[in-house]
Amino acid sequence: MPLLYPLVFAAFLFSAGVYGVLARRNAVMVLMSVELMLNAVNVNLVAFSAYLKDQLLSGQVFALFVVAVAAAEVGIGLAIVLLIFRNRETVNIDEVDLLRW
Amino acid sequence: MTGQEVAFLALAVVGGFAGLLVVTSRNVVHAALWLVVALSSIAGVYLLLAAPFVAFVQVIIYVGAIVVLILFGIMLTRAPVGRRVLDNTLRARVGALVVGAGVFVMLTWFMAEAWGGKRIANQAATTTDALGLAIFRNYVLPFEAVSVLLLAALIGAIVLARRD
Repeated sequence: MPLLYPLVFAAFLFSAGVYGVLARRNAVMVLMSVELMLNAVNVNLVAFSAYLKDQLLSGQVFALFVVAVAAAEVGIGLAIVLLIFRNRETVNIDEVDLLRW
Repeated sequence: MTGQEVAFLALAVVGGFAGLLVVTSRNVVHAALWLVVALSSIAGVYLLLAAPFVAFVQVIIYVGAIVVLILFGIMLTRAPVGRRVLDNTLRARVGALVVGAGVFVMLTWFMAEAWGGKRIANQAATTTDALGLAIFRNYVLPFEAVSVLLLAALIGAIVLARRD
């Protein structure tokens, strides 16, 4: 298939993730949009690994590492969201602004 | 238009539509379920790109563990429903749409310039033992580092979320 097909698919998912991070107020929704962006990057990596017929399979290995790091990040992110909810009864990121100027 | 391209277009349309609905849905639980559809279509794309092991890992870990974790997070934070609670102001949303569309146009334009006519050749699916050899011969150091990272994340999440 043309190389552009998976690349444009990945770019679309990445842009949807960017929109989600900027437009959503719920902290869990922001985490979901970040997951979309990470998956778009993975599609890109695997597509290039297939295109270059890489002997080292670097694209697929990196995609596996990105999955592992994303899992760790979601775990910690949700733990933080839980802690914020326990203390403030809200997960609206606009209301968690103690560190703002 | 080969069968592979038709299958890819079908998966890409479903996955793209699901991805859009994840970021625009009014109900958090619906958004998590649309995320399942998007991640599964991405797993299908991995199968078409000759990476079956990555596809299986995607289904097991992303759909099976991360989405379940997100659903637990939604449940434990009393998921609110409705446009006013979930989304930013209209001005912010329009700005986000401009930024998102700009990123998409820019990325597509650059990629079309760089890799416009190139094709991915038909190839045999990557066997799991070839991938295992690649990880444990060439990438063993990042592998160990990711293990330590996962341990640290696990301990950190427990410490953060426990009641004391």
